[in-house]
Amino acid sequence: MLIILVFLIGMNEERITEKLNILADAAKYDVSCASSGSKRKNENKGLGNASNGICHSYTEDGRCVSLLKILLTNHCIFDCAYCVSRKNNDIKRAAFTVQEVVDLTINFYRRNYIEGLFLSSGIFKDADYTMERLVRVAKKLRTEHNFNGYIHLKSIPGASDELMNEAGLYADRLSVNLEMPTEAGLKLLAPDKNQQDMIKPMGYLKNAIIKHTEEKKLFKKAPLFAPAGQSTQMIIGATPENDSEVLHSANYFYKNFKLKRVYYSGYVPVLADSRLPALNTAVPMVRENRLYQADWLMRFYGFKVNEIVNTAQPHLDLDIDPKLGWAIRNMQAFPVDVNKADLQMILRVPGIGLLSAQKIVSARRFGKLNWDHMKKMGVSLNRAKYFVTCNSNEFERRDLTGSNIKQFILATSQSKYLKNTQTQLNLF
Amino acid sequence: MATTTLIYDGTFEGLLSAVFEVYTHRLQTVNLHAGEWLTSALFEDVIKVVTDETRAARVLKGLKERVSHIGVQRLYAAHLAGMVGEDLNLLGYIRYAFDSPMNIEEDYGNRYVVRVSELVRMVRREKHRMEAFVRFQQLTDGTFYAAIEPDFNVLPLLIRHFKSRYADQKWIIYDIKRKYGLFYDLHDVQFINLDFSDDNKAANVMASFSEEEGIYQQLWKNYFNSVNIASRKNTKLHVRHMPKRYWKHLTEKI
Ligand code: SF4
Repeated sequence: MLIILVFLIGMNEERITEKLNILADAAKYDVSCASSGSKRKNENKGLGNASNGICHSYTEDGRCVSLLKILLTNHCIFDCAYCVSRKNNDIKRAAFTVQEVVDLTINFYRRNYIEGLFLSSGIFKDADYTMERLVRVAKKLRTEHNFNGYIHLKSIPGASDELMNEAGLYADRLSVNLEMPTEAGLKLLAPDKNQQDMIKPMGYLKNAIIKHTEEKKLFKKAPLFAPAGQSTQMIIGATPENDSEVLHSANYFYKNFKLKRVYYSGYVPVLADSRLPALNTAVPMVRENRLYQADWLMRFYGFKVNEIVNTAQPHLDLDIDPKLGWAIRNMQAFPVDVNKADLQMILRVPGIGLLSAQKIVSARRFGKLNWDHMKKMGVSLNRAKYFVTCNSNEFERRDLTGSNIKQFILATSQSKYLKNTQTQLNLF
Repeated sequence: MATTTLIYDGTFEGLLSAVFEVYTHRLQTVNLHAGEWLTSALFEDVIKVVTDETRAARVLKGLKERVSHIGVQRLYAAHLAGMVGEDLNLLGYIRYAFDSPMNIEEDYGNRYVVRVSELVRMVRREKHRMEAFVRFQQLTDGTFYAAIEPDFNVLPLLIRHFKSRYADQKWIIYDIKRKYGLFYDLHDVQFINLDFSDDNKAANVMASFSEEEGIYQQLWKNYFNSVNIASRKNTKLHVRHMPKRYWKHLTEKI
């Protein structure tokens, strides 16, 4: 009896390991991994909570590992050109059972490896059939295991409103990937998909989230509904859209669907296809980073999308960050007096971040600030000095043009991206 | 002006008692060290701070009138960390708070305020790292055990997080550098000492891992390897986020 049992465990272990390898590998190109933004508490002495997003580990490429990110299956009836799981790609296929995903999640969570689960899936049979499985995993974790950790479910485009509603009751975050920044891009690479199928569940969720939030204000006991909201992802560099199209599209979805995050994923060439960049194309990492910086400027620094990119300026600079780029194009707005200017304007100064801007505004109530004070507050003077004045006689007096400043800053700063590309080149 | 050196016992009450000395003796320039009182060091300008609860309580009460509740907590956290050579900065902060007519917590132009905020940031970072890097291993009796070696003494700051997260499992987090730990018994968290002095015992802990433990460690390592994207490799960034000194307790890096 005992021998049989051990044998069973042994066999299972091997099979589970193989499944995990296949289905984690297939899910890894999805970049969204945030586990923050939810306020789920640990109720009734259950397991876990989802209050703060912790990165429990980092991959060797430096990305945060916060969630157990897997596909339920990599079987798929669709044939999206950019996806390793596409129907016509000759790869090993696997599928987890609902129970297997539940066990992995609980056991990883108990060991403090993860904040929770990010479950996505290839489409097997049809949208609803697939979505129903995903929902079942979440339901089992919540209702049978009293699990309060973070759950992110991928919404399958075309899934019914009923399923989306159930998903919202168990998950913290839901996302539909837009995949391509524009509909034309999508048509080209994912002929089976249409943008309407993606937008429909997004619209449903937006309304459901608003409705539940209002209920929650009235009745404390009202159930949580996707408390961390929805997010989406776009693949960058697989299709020819410029940064202006990408950011305007992101802005549209932030505004109209109340998205919490848009993720930009530099295309990793994994497949040979005449519609795609060649296999030896470098991953556009600097561009991806610039897009995230621009996204931050829109969400936290009060910049309008048009100030960052527009028809005259369709691409973000690769050699300098978008905030510096804006400052150089708008020299008439500077210099800013840090002892007087309002927070909104201080936030626009290159070299001053969110935290140091707030510190400046707090500290100047106690006395006038000079260079030394600013340095201690974490301001990067090597950038900021061209754009501010403070309580000091020493300041940049030369009448510099924007391009002068750019040159000075580039010459003195060690841009980690420039360095990075150098080390990467050295490797080859 | 002559410098007076104060020697105290390194506790937070001791620090507050030192503040009391400063004000009763109207000391101006002082030096503050945590450590043993050596009778050989009998100089006129050295004062041994006696840790006195009533005095400490009085100072704390006064302090609470000058800085916010959170400000006191931050000061406590900065002190708890036990960073060498920072005692004088903490004292300086408290004196500045007492000597100023208004709340000074956000006066980032002052060097003590800046330093304390730096210390707090370092402690917080270590606390967050521990919340992330603790790796529990399940023992046969179902208890989850983790060993840590943080740079600063952050164990007491971890109680709240782990207690509310792992409410339904027994766990131990042990600081092997400072030789004490936390034990949660499904109700409360207690401070404990484990005796690893005898080699057998260390081996016993190993032998008492649950049957499933090895499987899940293996699965986690596999997972960690398969999520890596080789074409994006960036070792510098990796090491910046996960400094090497933490690796020996990280299942996926062993
Ligand atoms: S539907 Fe999803 S899994 Fe299937 S091929 Fe397209 S992107 Fe890949």
